[in-house]
Amino acid sequence: MKQPPVTPYANPYLAGVGLGLVLLAAFVLVGRGLGASGAFSSTISWLTSLVAPGHAQANEYMRDYLGDGSSHPLKAWLVFEVVGVAAGALLSGLLAGRARFTIEKGPRVSTALRLLCAFLGGGLMAFGAHLARGCTSGQALTGGALLNVGSWAFMIMVFVGGYAVAYFFRWQWR
Amino acid sequence: MTAPLLKYGLFGDEFSLVLAFVLGVGFGFCLERAGFGSARKLAAQFYLYDMSVFKVMFTAIVTAMLGVTYLGWIGWLDLNLVYLVPTYLKPQLVGGLVLGVGFVVGGYCPGTSVAALATGRIDAMVYALGIAAGTLAYAEVYPAIKPFVNADAMGQVTLPEVLGLPWGVVVFAVVVIAVLGFWGATKIERWIGSRS
Repeated sequence: MKQPPVTPYANPYLAGVGLGLVLLAAFVLVGRGLGASGAFSSTISWLTSLVAPGHAQANEYMRDYLGDGSSHPLKAWLVFEVVGVAAGALLSGLLAGRARFTIEKGPRVSTALRLLCAFLGGGLMAFGAHLARGCTSGQALTGGALLNVGSWAFMIMVFVGGYAVAYFFRWQWR
Repeated sequence: MTAPLLKYGLFGDEFSLVLAFVLGVGFGFCLERAGFGSARKLAAQFYLYDMSVFKVMFTAIVTAMLGVTYLGWIGWLDLNLVYLVPTYLKPQLVGGLVLGVGFVVGGYCPGTSVAALATGRIDAMVYALGIAAGTLAYAEVYPAIKPFVNADAMGQVTLPEVLGLPWGVVVFAVVVIAVLGFWGATKIERWIGSRS
């Protein structure tokens, strides 16, 4: 099959309006916003409960995501939403010819080091998101639109943290 | 008042899961369209040569904010029934800072990493493993840091309430800040672009 040509990214304002309308639809339909990190919490708690049921049940944080056993831990709103995110992104990526196995990095960094950074960054991100009760989606985007005090405080600090260390990690990208 | 539709009983929790998937598809589609399935595009925000993260995020915030404001005014949407994450100022400030560092180190945030791994980015798959490890670590230390996690409990509060300003005034201010931000971001992009 012939690969479609790689199309340029959408205009950021157009993509932003689209994203805003999806978010608005979530508010109107189900009375909540979008999210992502919570789906990871549900999945990890469920996986832990498979490997070490006693340990997962004894853990205060995981217990919240496992529930009382009346329904499956993965039968959670954010889990279904995140599966949708993967499907929607794949659809867009295939249509644009951008879906392919590759590693996002600059020319000066080795694959191993880039992957190590990705792993550590994911770990830091998880910690920060759980501490803040939401990530860029659940807090900054959703709470930003609802003028949530904690979300705006969170969002400002995301940019502060990012700009504070960006200089020291520039070799990853250029 | 007729919305949020779920809260007014137009459908049940089961159907809300179907909607979760459909809304997720829209979310993921927009993220990938914007280029947020690429860590290089996302990280560029912090090196000032491509401020798409700021532009997309603030356009989305302004769009949804104006939407809920308008739908609230005409009486279609009861904003009190839209879930607001409670504010815990200190842990949210620290969490934001840690997350910002993680963004630059890893190149993604949780939502964009899902869009990236779905389109084959191997670094995003490793990043998701990092999220898994971080979540396990957080669950282990949670009992010890619980007092800090629950510090500064302010409940569900909005900026208009805290600032003592009418909702519309804060909405207007956010729109002005966003428009000035878009103008400034484009200026900075051009300036950085002309230097390199």
